[in-house]
Amino acid sequence: MSAITAPTVRGIGGGGWGQMRAKLNSARLHLFVPLTLYLLFTLVPFYWMVVFAFRPTTSHNPYPWPITLANFKVVWNVLGFGTFFENSVIVGVGVLIGLNVICAMAGYALARFKFAGRGALILILLCTQFVPGVMLLIPLFVIFRHLGLIDNLFALIIADIVFQLPLTSLLMSGFIRNVPVELEEAAMVDGCSRVRAFLSVTLPLLRPAFVAIGSFAFIGSWNNFLFALMFMSSQNHFTLPVGLDYTIGEFSVNFGALAAGGLIAAVPVVIIFAFVQKYLVQGLTFGAVKG
Amino acid sequence: MGVTQTMLEAEQRVPLGAGVGEPAKRRRKHKGWVPYAMLSPLVILIAAFVAYPVGSVVYYSFQNYNIVEPFLNGFAGWSNYSTMLHHDPLFWSSLLFTGKWVVTEVVLQLIFGMILALIMNEAFRWRGFTRAAVFAPWAVSGVLTTTIWLLLYDPQAGIVNYLSNIGLAPRGFAILADTHTVFWGAVLAELWRGVPFFAIIILADLQSIPRELIEAANCDGANAWTRFRWVVLPHLRDAVILSTLLRCVWEFNNVDLLFTLTNGGPGTETTTLPLYVARQAIDNHNFGYGAALTMAGFAILFVFSMIYLKLSKFGASTGYRS
Repeated sequence: MSAITAPTVRGIGGGGWGQMRAKLNSARLHLFVPLTLYLLFTLVPFYWMVVFAFRPTTSHNPYPWPITLANFKVVWNVLGFGTFFENSVIVGVGVLIGLNVICAMAGYALARFKFAGRGALILILLCTQFVPGVMLLIPLFVIFRHLGLIDNLFALIIADIVFQLPLTSLLMSGFIRNVPVELEEAAMVDGCSRVRAFLSVTLPLLRPAFVAIGSFAFIGSWNNFLFALMFMSSQNHFTLPVGLDYTIGEFSVNFGALAAGGLIAAVPVVIIFAFVQKYLVQGLTFGAVKG
Repeated sequence: MGVTQTMLEAEQRVPLGAGVGEPAKRRRKHKGWVPYAMLSPLVILIAAFVAYPVGSVVYYSFQNYNIVEPFLNGFAGWSNYSTMLHHDPLFWSSLLFTGKWVVTEVVLQLIFGMILALIMNEAFRWRGFTRAAVFAPWAVSGVLTTTIWLLLYDPQAGIVNYLSNIGLAPRGFAILADTHTVFWGAVLAELWRGVPFFAIIILADLQSIPRELIEAANCDGANAWTRFRWVVLPHLRDAVILSTLLRCVWEFNNVDLLFTLTNGGPGTETTTLPLYVARQAIDNHNFGYGAALTMAGFAILFVFSMIYLKLSKFGASTGYRS
């Protein structure tokens, strides 16, 4: 555990630790029985998908043996998951970069300047949380059609950025505020312009913020389904969630292929999540609120 | 820190307020156009893709607007609304189901999330790994959740089949095709990825409880329950209230899972209002009527949020929390 996670003995268990050690066994049992049950509830579904993905479609074993990659070959080459994966990566990276740039600018303005309308803007940003994308499917479709962006991955990048932007801007301004303004002022005294001071002093210190926000932006856009379903019409512009839905909707579902496709969609986000989940518990709570 | 006071005190305490409550740090005075220029991409995007669409939903709801039948398009007056209120039983049944779905999901997620957070707040070996494992479904999309649970629920190939083998379920039982079981089948799948949300928020807040409070409670002879009831719970109050509200809104609006898992069926058994909107938009291209349904959704969300915040007396923190 790095310094970022909480000290191990803290919170409600912390105080009672002396007593707890005395009755260690019973206390541990209260802990481990529900935890084990919950772990099973979480992991069995993942395991089941792995089993389906790696065993031959004819097999009924509850374990992935004999092991085969045939399902992945079908999914990647025949069903087009290679293309879907590529599209998801393009959109995810586009959102990650665009969102970080825009929210760094906005966050800097919110954190370092006093200006008319600042309070109102923050309130509006919070209120957008009550206006989610599903309800705006129809008008957004009309707008993107006017812009000629239907069936264009760029529409997805814009829509994903827009709906993540309000909270990430607030988060970023929190991060920036934690960087002492004196550092920038010192650089400016030494002859840097404001822009130069920001780029060479503050920006490097914000690396964890960019990593955290970028990761969650990527996960969010990777998982977005309805926008992609609504705005993309040709199969070579589908993203992974749409591809999965397409596979589910097949006349007779090929479970091996479905599981392999699911695994392809799951692995990147689960790996990213495993690395950044500590930020969530540490204090990115408000970002998590978005779900 | 964290969720709690953010909404009300966003001015002073932008989230992640790791700088705990410090007043805005010597924010520079008005600098003319500079902050506005830096904010312009944000403001333009929000105006063009959130504010304008919200406005246009109002406009469309008074129009006949169907992109596959453009010859019928034109001003419709209140007809979309009167169809919705008087001639559309699916509107009312979807409202009823939405309420049932949101309440069931949020209550169960909150209870299990709370328990999970309390457990994860204890010190034990492999905690880092365990935490990553139990929180992982949070990162999983609705469609992927559907994929995974379809594999579990399939009457021939799923885990359900093993339950039949030991006599716990009838053979070849299709959970998602039976009107009696489809609700709980969907609830379980959504719980799987929803519980980590509350667990993460509550765990973050648990870790901000000052140790001295717990120690003081122990000195006064508190047992595990009284400690939870009178120290931990009051501390969590605002975080729980706010995250519950946001979760209700989220569960109300998020249609990915039901859209793909049950498709609102069997029949229209599991159609929520937003799912109905999505169907109107995606399948029927009936934008005018879909816009009227969307307006109903906005109105319900707004009224619900106001009543909820009023009833919960949000921000009226008790006790030590300043």
